[in-house]
Amino acid sequence: MSIRKNITASMGALCLTLAAGLVQAGDTIKIGSFLAVTGPASFLGDPELKTLQMYVQEINAKGGVNGKQLELIHYDTSGKAKEAVNFTKRLVKKDRVDLIVGGSTSGTTMAAIPIVEKNRIPFISLAGSVKIIDPVKKWVFKVPHTDRMAAAKIFADMKKRGLTKLALISGDGGFGKSGRAQTMELAPTHGIKIVADESYGKKDTDMTAQLTKIRDTDAQAILNFGFGAGPAIVTKNVHHLGIKLPLYQSHGVASKKYIALAGVAAEGVRLPAAALLVADKLADGEKQKPVLISYKSAFEAKHGAVSTFGGHAYDGLMIAVEALKRAGSADKAKVRDEIEKTQGFIGTGGVFNITAKDHLGLGLDAFKMLEIKGGDWVVVE
Amino acid sequence: MSQRKGFYLLTLLVVLLPLLFPDNYFVTVVAVSAGLNAILAVSLNLLMGYAGQISLGHAAFFGMGAYTSAILTTKFAWNPWPAMVAGMILTGTIAFFMARPVLKLKGHYLAMATLGFGIIINIILVQAVGLTGGPDGLGEIPTLSFFGWQVDTDLRWYIVIGSCMLLVVWLALNLINSRSGRALRALHGSEVAAEMMGIDTTATKTGVFVMAALIASLAGSLFAHQQSFVSPDSCDFFFSIELVTMVVLGGMASTYGAVFGAIVLTFLPELLVVFEDFEVMIFGAILMSMMIFLPQGMFVGMQNLLQRLTHRRSALPGEDPNEPA
Amino acid sequence: MWDQILQFLFTGVTVGATYALVALGFAIIYNASDVVNFAQGEFVMMGAMCAVFLYSGSGLPLPVALLLAVALTIVLGMSFQRFAIARARGASVVSTIIITIGASIFLRGVALLLWGKDILAMPHFSGETPIQLGRATLLPQNLWVMGGTGVMVLAVHYFFHHTTLGKAVIACSCNRTAAHLVGINVGLMMLIAYGLSAFLGAMAGVLVTPITFTSYDAGVMLGLKGFSAAILGGMGNPMGAVAGGLLLGLIESMAAGLISSGYKDAIGFVVLLLVLFLRPSGLFGKASAERV
Repeated sequence: MSIRKNITASMGALCLTLAAGLVQAGDTIKIGSFLAVTGPASFLGDPELKTLQMYVQEINAKGGVNGKQLELIHYDTSGKAKEAVNFTKRLVKKDRVDLIVGGSTSGTTMAAIPIVEKNRIPFISLAGSVKIIDPVKKWVFKVPHTDRMAAAKIFADMKKRGLTKLALISGDGGFGKSGRAQTMELAPTHGIKIVADESYGKKDTDMTAQLTKIRDTDAQAILNFGFGAGPAIVTKNVHHLGIKLPLYQSHGVASKKYIALAGVAAEGVRLPAAALLVADKLADGEKQKPVLISYKSAFEAKHGAVSTFGGHAYDGLMIAVEALKRAGSADKAKVRDEIEKTQGFIGTGGVFNITAKDHLGLGLDAFKMLEIKGGDWVVVE
Repeated sequence: MSQRKGFYLLTLLVVLLPLLFPDNYFVTVVAVSAGLNAILAVSLNLLMGYAGQISLGHAAFFGMGAYTSAILTTKFAWNPWPAMVAGMILTGTIAFFMARPVLKLKGHYLAMATLGFGIIINIILVQAVGLTGGPDGLGEIPTLSFFGWQVDTDLRWYIVIGSCMLLVVWLALNLINSRSGRALRALHGSEVAAEMMGIDTTATKTGVFVMAALIASLAGSLFAHQQSFVSPDSCDFFFSIELVTMVVLGGMASTYGAVFGAIVLTFLPELLVVFEDFEVMIFGAILMSMMIFLPQGMFVGMQNLLQRLTHRRSALPGEDPNEPA
Repeated sequence: MWDQILQFLFTGVTVGATYALVALGFAIIYNASDVVNFAQGEFVMMGAMCAVFLYSGSGLPLPVALLLAVALTIVLGMSFQRFAIARARGASVVSTIIITIGASIFLRGVALLLWGKDILAMPHFSGETPIQLGRATLLPQNLWVMGGTGVMVLAVHYFFHHTTLGKAVIACSCNRTAAHLVGINVGLMMLIAYGLSAFLGAMAGVLVTPITFTSYDAGVMLGLKGFSAAILGGMGNPMGAVAGGLLLGLIESMAAGLISSGYKDAIGFVVLLLVLFLRPSGLFGKASAERV
């Protein structure tokens, strides 16, 4: 009996604490965010959140934007679309945010789009799929390179090496599936023939069977679209099976953690990725270098190895902040118009030139083709 | 608490909430999710609580309804209403043909079969990209309209889903007290004994299985139109488990218990978000301790407690487990 | 073609051996206490995560780190029995299932807090030089997994059939009251059963992590597959569960290689459903009459 009473008492206390926490703060600019901080896409959401928190703090320490402090309100979707819908509504209805920077995965972003469109909230997505901005949606922007660009970059590199037959293996998550679709669609226009099309599950621990099949095709290269543990296992399995074909990975593995997991098997793997990964190897004249070095050192001082995913959050936040400054207020329509006028903004992902027709504003040159050599990234051009 | 009083109380609650807290996120958004979950939990409770058949694949029926509505309205430009009916027909048919072989199984084997079925459906939703949009889901699902009354605000959705929930609760209560409801409960007690009494156990079980599937499909269609977006992760195996948890946490064999469990489990994560990284651990700990200290479920457990406090010894807890709360 | 089949076989048996160990854990707890322990996969995760952190975090030699990790997981399994399962004596079967689900969420939450969200690797026990058999290859770690599983399965079999202690655990599962009456310490036997399950889970975790990596949520899928394997083989029969695990692993790898990699899990579950329709108590389970 007493135990039960205790539970009721502590539940009551919990409710009070919650109520206290929900009291609205004063006059601030509210930036809302929903990210996959836990769950299978946490390697995206986790650095994104850390980046947002870090820079919001820094901006506030310097006096905020337009004389107001920024307030970051974020929720963890665990990468689930249903959560994304509810949390976006929460951001819009309850927290009444001025704009949203978030949506780690394409699925969660797509789920949130109808809500931001209806409620007219500027939304900068941090997810990869080209579907987010094609067709253009009035209130929706995105900063990461698209999977279509990744595929195009890889095809260009294959052409240079004289390779035309590609074996595709992709994860069955949103990223892998979407990348697979773009690769299939784009291949014929680049003269590439897809000779194998395999897939694996999110939590699969061994892809030997799929790769054995690929080994017995006439493929000249292998492309793996996926993120998380999957690509590292694919890389290791390719190595152990003694398959000597060139292996391409997508920008989904653009983090040192991938090299750490795959070890020596990662040697020689190529992938398209943002310049952030090779910041210190860039020539001093390159426009992006100062931004890259400053973000990289800031992030690594606090949280360990940098990934391009956290960089997307930096780009999204900074584009929003610039637009807020130009608009001179947090008026949603004005901010949206100013985001659309972003020109020559130098971010970690590249130089952004957003227009009414292109809500991403990155060219194919924003991607660098990297190769892994001696446990580090090297630019191949 | 008599059944009728309970129903009036629930109705009163549904009506009063938006009046007391107009335009409140927790009412017009979270309560709508809670309402949908309550519909699902009540339907699952018919199967689990009354007929004694565990199902770990209920989310699959929900998903079939949601996807039929989504696909027919977006890809084939159907009106939402016939799409909803089509979803129910499809789901009902599949449930009917599944019922016979699946319901022959007992206990954990039944749990496994339903779980496997749910996972197979989910894999199809993920893999059949051309039709379902794959893991990225399907968007731009049109909203419902009743003779020109567009359900296009959160409050209107609250009204629609609130009414549907009340309707389903009312149906479930009536079903349980009907002749077939008694047959159902007899089944839970002992299948062999029920058969000896002349109850056609197979037909009864199949009936309730199809019924539960139909309600889940309806909930799925409503969900698709309310969210205007569906993806495979909204009807995966974890959601099935969550539904079972709602039923058990509330208290098996109690329609109000299922509603209560659905409400608690929908609001709890919303409240726990403030704990960020601690959320998962706290949620697990709460779930465990609830079941350890109130093994009959929160609703039934609290009712017993209340009864003991008011009647002092006149009523023993769990005196008549078949008495629906 | 035959090289391919041989390769699928190797993969299938390695994956299957992991499933088998998890399934065996399910079967032991089920037989001892009628509980389906959905936290079984989390034992695997806990074993693996502890091992990785003891090894890379504190610089212990690998074998010591592995032993410590396994020992810690056993303690965890026993405390789970003592502080959660044993407390919920009057709970129905379904309520106990929910307790184990709660426990699995709780353990995942603890691992998340302690060790973060990263995917972690562990070194192979004896190198990564593949062994060639024709065109098929095999890693030394695959042999560790297969061999380790084989030894443990035999040991469990011996324990239950040839030692007094093992027989006492079985007695509790047959009839708790009767076992108590003949002087068996039922509480202790339950502790042993949970400890043994946790041990098997942790062993599976440390054996397989060099190949598969691990993370705080790695236990979910393993638990699910292990449960499926136990049902496939027949829940009441520990050796059936082992066979079920191997079979499930083989089906998946053959399906991925020969039919469709996207649908391989679905094919596994379809086979499982067909088996259940034909043999409602699993492949090697005894059909039991319902108690009236």
